[in-house]
Amino acid sequence: MADSPSAEQSTKTKAWNDPAIRAIVFQVLAALGVVLFFYYIINNALTNMEARGITTGFGFLDNPAGFGIIQSLVEYDETYSYGRTFVVGLLNTILVSVLGIIIASIMGLVIGIARLSSNWLVAKLATAFIEIFRNIPLLLQIFFWYFAVLRTLPAARDSVTLGESFFLNNRGFYVPKPVTEDGFGWVWLALLAGIIGSIVLARVSRLRQTETGIPLPVFLPSLGMILGLPLIIFLLLGAPLSFDYPVLQRFNFQGGVAIIPELMALLLALSIYTAAFIAEVVRSGIEAVPKGQTEASSALGLSNGQRLRLIIVPQALRVIIPPLTNQYLNLTKNSSLATAIGYPDLVSVFAGTTLNQTGQAVEIIFMTMAVYLTLSLLTSALMNWYNNRIALVER
Amino acid sequence: MKKFSLPVVAVTGLLSVSGLSNAGTLEDVKKNGVLQCGVGTGLPGFSIADEKGNWTGLDVDVCRAVAAAVLGDATKVKYTPLNAKERFTALQSGEVDVLPRNTTWTLTRDASLGLNFTGVNYYDGQGFLVSKGLGVKSAKELDGAAVCIQAGTTTELNLADYFRANGMKYQPVVFDTSDQTVKGFEAGRCDVLTSDQSQLYALRIKLAKPDDAVVLPEVISKEPLGPVVRQGDDAWFNIVKWSLFAMIDAEEQGLTSANVDDMKAKGTPASNRLLGVEGGMGATLGLSDDWAYQIIKQVGNYGESFERNVGQSSPLKIERGLNALWTKGGLQYAPPIR
Repeated sequence: MADSPSAEQSTKTKAWNDPAIRAIVFQVLAALGVVLFFYYIINNALTNMEARGITTGFGFLDNPAGFGIIQSLVEYDETYSYGRTFVVGLLNTILVSVLGIIIASIMGLVIGIARLSSNWLVAKLATAFIEIFRNIPLLLQIFFWYFAVLRTLPAARDSVTLGESFFLNNRGFYVPKPVTEDGFGWVWLALLAGIIGSIVLARVSRLRQTETGIPLPVFLPSLGMILGLPLIIFLLLGAPLSFDYPVLQRFNFQGGVAIIPELMALLLALSIYTAAFIAEVVRSGIEAVPKGQTEASSALGLSNGQRLRLIIVPQALRVIIPPLTNQYLNLTKNSSLATAIGYPDLVSVFAGTTLNQTGQAVEIIFMTMAVYLTLSLLTSALMNWYNNRIALVER
Repeated sequence: MKKFSLPVVAVTGLLSVSGLSNAGTLEDVKKNGVLQCGVGTGLPGFSIADEKGNWTGLDVDVCRAVAAAVLGDATKVKYTPLNAKERFTALQSGEVDVLPRNTTWTLTRDASLGLNFTGVNYYDGQGFLVSKGLGVKSAKELDGAAVCIQAGTTTELNLADYFRANGMKYQPVVFDTSDQTVKGFEAGRCDVLTSDQSQLYALRIKLAKPDDAVVLPEVISKEPLGPVVRQGDDAWFNIVKWSLFAMIDAEEQGLTSANVDDMKAKGTPASNRLLGVEGGMGATLGLSDDWAYQIIKQVGNYGESFERNVGQSSPLKIERGLNALWTKGGLQYAPPIR
């Protein structure tokens, strides 16, 4: 045993000529270089900031903020800390992104399918929509919708009223705020039970279809379980829910829930802009499914609905999902343009006001970038997981 | 096979680079032959550019005075328009040498931003602009109002304090620039626009119908506005500080851009020191002896600058008020030049 290494070494090339060793050495050096580079620039920034008497560190997050924010999903007033303004901004960004993604997806799907319609007018209208909205810069669209929304809507005293409890004016859309009372938790439980019940029913139906070829009725019973069950519980408990109605005060409505015009305009602009791109993604996905598939499913005697649901959409989705992920990421990042119209998103509240009041630009910009990175990575991870689930399984 | 590792070269090259230098703004300005000055994005009376790109205003005059003192030519200024959010970063990073931009002097800004305020070129206070149609007579009646403000200002904090202290509620509508704030106010997004009172007068004349809006009498805060420089360069700090003082002292002594040559010929002891006829005051600042003469000749004294930009000979017609000289019941007071 003692001899063999030395014998082997003599036949080997020298260590620095060994491609495997060299590769490792180069990679370690490269990694070291990157680490040193970042150490250098961070250290350089810290040294210079200290030399100039600029405060550094994250201690500022505990200091009271002292400014108001118009829209907050969590409790907030001037007495809360700068750390809290971060949370408020973050949640506002997430709110507009999630709503935007949902609306853009639905609009994009409809418009994408419309563009493939055999009806000439529908197809041309969809094409016009796509070409107009994806070619105008988003910032201009945001300004357009904001001032279009603001200038069209009446002042608070001349609000458009819908049924005495919904009010629309240039300060926002005011709706009654539901206030849950004791026992409402049971309604949520009933809803949960209804959803689980429908999933089980769908599974059972599918098993039965594979065995006997005859599916169970699923749609109506599921609807009954998801909507009916909580409703029955709700009524049995004596309707434990009241509403806080908006009331016109001297200047504005107070009470209820206000959907501010900044949110409406931003949502409108982001959804329409992204929907134009998603429509093209959807169209390309559907067109990627060979015509033979349609013909084959017709030959098998599948109905139109079954053909779309079982043959076309699953194959189209494989093409659609990766570029769709890009659109979702874009929408999230584009939501930072909110600052232009005063929607209190992360960039406006935290990287705007908080940054200016504390002056700690490096820390705040770092945190803001980290948030967008995290949001984007989370979205990608979710979409990749879904993509893997539906991807073609090659055998 | 004798390849050399690129990362090694990169790292050794990098380590030899040293940190950036801090002092020497005066030398830099003299070497470049131009003063880099951060001003507002367009506020009538304080810093606004005409269609030819010529900047005018009370804040702009501070830039011109410093350029006149340092370079002997008030026109050698490069103006960088900055919004409230950008201003401090631009100064900290050296993008501008001096920042006279409607900036309120506060403890936090002085102590934690690595900046120094060199004085006060306008004593201001926060006020409210409302449309006449609302029939509001006092800020105390504003409970529940939507308020338009510019982001990143002390105004945002004072507003919150004022409403909280008076037990009132409000909705802050925060915009990036003063232009957008005015647009939001005009479009009816908010009932009230709040800002420093001087700005309210300036913004009011930007409205499509200025007569429909009225400035409320209440002043809810102290807003001493002054030029800012980087901390750690005392020579430059002194130059900016004394450029403003020279303008104020000149007004006190009755020296104007029109009579400065005559007065120089006549000569009182005080004017001789200020105008550099005797005493070598300029040299102690690292400037030529006629530094203050150049300021007064090219820019004028503080009173001239005030009247021209925001006072009676301007559309704003703001009274001197707190900004009158101390000898006339105001707060403008410059230490003696001797």
